[in-house]
Amino acid sequence: MKRPGIHGQRLIAAFLFGCLLFNYPLLYLFNIDYRLFGIPLLYVYAFAAWGLLIALTAAVIERRTD
Amino acid sequence: MLTGYVIVLASFVYVGLLFAIAYYGDKRADAGRSIIANPYIYALSLAVYCTSWTFYGSVGRAATSGIGFLPIYLGPTLMAVLWWYVLLKMIRISKANRITSIADFVASRYGKSQLLGGLVTVIAVIGIVPYISLQLKAVSNSFSIILKYPAIATPDSQATIPLLTDNTFYIALLLAIFTILFGTRHLDASERHEGLVAAIAFESVVKLLAFVAVGVYATYVLYDGFADIFTSAIEYPQLAKLLDFGGSSVDYTSWASLTFLSMLAIMFLPRQFQIAVVENVDERHLNKAVWLFPLYLLIINIFVLPITFAGMMHFPAGNVDADTFVLNLPIAQQQSLLTLTVFIGGLAAATGMVIVETIALSTMVCNNLVMPLLLRLNMLHLHERADHSSLIVGIRRGAIVGVLMLGYAYFRLAGEAYALVSIGLISFAAVAQFAPAILGGMFWKGATRLGAICGLLAGFFIWAYTLLLPSFAKSGWLPFAFVEHGIFGVHVLKPLELFGLSGLDDITHCLFWSMFFNIGAYISISLVTKQSFAEQVQAALFVDAHSEPRLQRAESLRGDASVNELITLVGRFLGQRRAHDAFAAYALKCGAKSAKELKPDAELIHFAETLLAGAIGAGSANVVVASVVQEEPLGIDKVMNILDETSQALAYSRQLEQKSHELEIATTELRTANQRLQELDRLKDDFVSTVTHELRTPLTSIRAFAEILHDNPALELSQRAKFLGIITRESERLTRLINQVLDLAKIESGNAEWHTGEIDVREVIEDAVSSTSQMFSDKNIVLELALPADLPTINADRDRLMQVMLNLLSNAAKFCRDDGGRVKVSSTLLADGLRVQVTDNGIGISADDQRVIFEKFRQVGDTLTQKPQGSGLGLPICRQIVHHFGGRLWVDSVSGQGATFSFVLPLLRAGATPTPAAAAPSRFGT
Repeated sequence: MKRPGIHGQRLIAAFLFGCLLFNYPLLYLFNIDYRLFGIPLLYVYAFAAWGLLIALTAAVIERRTD
Repeated sequence: MLTGYVIVLASFVYVGLLFAIAYYGDKRADAGRSIIANPYIYALSLAVYCTSWTFYGSVGRAATSGIGFLPIYLGPTLMAVLWWYVLLKMIRISKANRITSIADFVASRYGKSQLLGGLVTVIAVIGIVPYISLQLKAVSNSFSIILKYPAIATPDSQATIPLLTDNTFYIALLLAIFTILFGTRHLDASERHEGLVAAIAFESVVKLLAFVAVGVYATYVLYDGFADIFTSAIEYPQLAKLLDFGGSSVDYTSWASLTFLSMLAIMFLPRQFQIAVVENVDERHLNKAVWLFPLYLLIINIFVLPITFAGMMHFPAGNVDADTFVLNLPIAQQQSLLTLTVFIGGLAAATGMVIVETIALSTMVCNNLVMPLLLRLNMLHLHERADHSSLIVGIRRGAIVGVLMLGYAYFRLAGEAYALVSIGLISFAAVAQFAPAILGGMFWKGATRLGAICGLLAGFFIWAYTLLLPSFAKSGWLPFAFVEHGIFGVHVLKPLELFGLSGLDDITHCLFWSMFFNIGAYISISLVTKQSFAEQVQAALFVDAHSEPRLQRAESLRGDASVNELITLVGRFLGQRRAHDAFAAYALKCGAKSAKELKPDAELIHFAETLLAGAIGAGSANVVVASVVQEEPLGIDKVMNILDETSQALAYSRQLEQKSHELEIATTELRTANQRLQELDRLKDDFVSTVTHELRTPLTSIRAFAEILHDNPALELSQRAKFLGIITRESERLTRLINQVLDLAKIESGNAEWHTGEIDVREVIEDAVSSTSQMFSDKNIVLELALPADLPTINADRDRLMQVMLNLLSNAAKFCRDDGGRVKVSSTLLADGLRVQVTDNGIGISADDQRVIFEKFRQVGDTLTQKPQGSGLGLPICRQIVHHFGGRLWVDSVSGQGATFSFVLPLLRAGATPTPAAAAPSRFGT
């Protein structure tokens, strides 16, 4: 693989985004007593955000031009 | 149905299956058809991160802290995103330097320091052996639970089971045998253990399937899906509060610190380093692993909360340990097959961890503790000719057995102690101490060996004081006083509230202080100490591994040693045959015919050292080679100069490459242009020679006859008249020819004058016919006209069109039959144009000649019996003219049956002015 470049930058952005998703401010916001399809929102958020992060990483890696 | 025998049998069958897979994997690897050269296997093998702590312990954690079990898996997900930077670099460095363990990595980076290698090994052993014990404990517990099927049971205390009837003992023994068989096949530890990795990947699949099976069972069989299970759970207040972040025992700070901690653990746990770096087959596998592995973690965690709630609702009153829900739920429902599956899954989770961790630790112990000891005590007698290869293998196998037995012993001794059950996070915190030295070493050239040592020591010490020792105290092995009041009663040194920092949980507190002192010491000591040459060289190699993949190594070791000595030396540790093979391969690569022809220069010595490093570690290899080779240390200046020159040279060569590429493009363009020019030149030459020839012929006649007339004044009158006639005719012919040549040249070059206007074709044809009528009547040729009355007008040049008609008509007359000749001129209106045809019934034109007549200066006809009757330019000119107006001119003829010349001119479209076609370039041969 060649030197990182744009892909490295995208990955760092994804990493920072992930850090934000899974820490205090956003977690607190989703920590409410609401249920989506009967499932608690916090639970849905955690796994949805997790899946989103994985998909984002996959997209950046698989779209490499080298 | 699920009797003891069945369970024990199933367990041994499962372990047998592992042996079989590992054996098959190794056999395929030896045959060169590896089954693990596959990104999916790589990603699956990384899931060795999920141990019985994941399989059983996640549910246990969720029961007390709700969603707080998650950070340990979010951390690796986040870290995986950065793997493309960090892990890739680690893999490259390790491959280049034949690094076989974490301790080797650290030792190699800081100048091949044996001290650092030993330190890392000690920390790793202290931190990880209890973790191995935890796995064995999980296996033992699951055995005792399932053996009581179908009754629900809590696990017995282990200490009461005698050794020889302890199933766990036999499991540990089997694992030792497995690890020895498949982990120490080669003397060179930098070679991969393909069979082992295949077995690990298989175990990852088994544990995933087992956990998902019980999860699906709990969610969709016991209840009606996720919504149902959560709705039922909300009814119970103590369950409801688990869903709220604030109600769980995890607050935001510990959430963040656990995430961070697991980010470090996924990199620096010895088993993760072993699988991710040492066992990596192809660095491109990393691309898939970066997102496949987090996906695995996500899937295995989806059902944790549902299982937890199902368990808590089915086993109220807390008499069943939450850690055992995963196994007890199917037992309670009398699902024997599911129970067995879950049991095997738990077995897979535990054994995978134990196998890989044992290999990693035993390699470290052998290379970084035992070897240096032997070297120091001079027990290897390096100057004698002993063969140590079997000794090395023996040490490694002994280390494997030793580590496993230590783990088993700790498990028996610790029992239910807090010091065992909480060891998971404590181990994480221990390996986190490697982070500054390794990450700093990869990205900061200035990090020194002394800095790394101080940082590691500081971090280890703080970790032990704030986490390990308090756990011993909480287990009752140490007096609790020092936890309550601080060591020696100094309150500010209370291990759980160091320097007064209170309000944090144990792990976060330890993480903060250990990182604080570790990183602090590392940076500050590095900045005030100097590096040796070896350190600087190694630092450059490590930090620049990405950008300079083929950086030439500057040697800090020069010396005298014969090639044979080196081969023998390496052979003593690797085995003679392997050493010979390796050197022979190296010789071929260098262009020498055999190893004997190699020069014992610095490169070769370095190669020998690298070979050895794979077997005994970088630090020991350095010492061994140095003891045999006489050193001439290179000055630091020389080394730095070499490094500088190399990077400059590389920069220049990059520029050169760029320039030469541009040059190539320019050259190709020039070459094409040149070729075209040459072609045109040739065509011009042809034309000139043909024209001069044609001009010369009539001139010759004229001159000849003129001379005759001149030389013979007494020629009789009739002869004179005849000759003068010839001269006149030839002159006319010459004039005609020259005019035509000029005409053609003008048309072709586009310089001709065209007077285009609307013309009536019929009128032009009739004019042409009347001009030539004399010629036709002279030859007794009947001329027929078939022109429709209402032909539209077209846009053309009248004179030129006349020229075409005259030419066609005179050709027809020339080649008609001598008697009974007929020429017909007709015109037809077509869809896209106006067609005019001139037909004669002469000798016709054969197919070959049809091509020829349109060539310049070419005529057809029998050249012996007929003199050439024209210039040969008539038809080419006609064609050019017709083309100029956008039409076409052609001939249809069969030899012996006359010929029809036709041309089509495009019609004038209403409102549009036809643009004349550009003059066609000279086409010889059309």
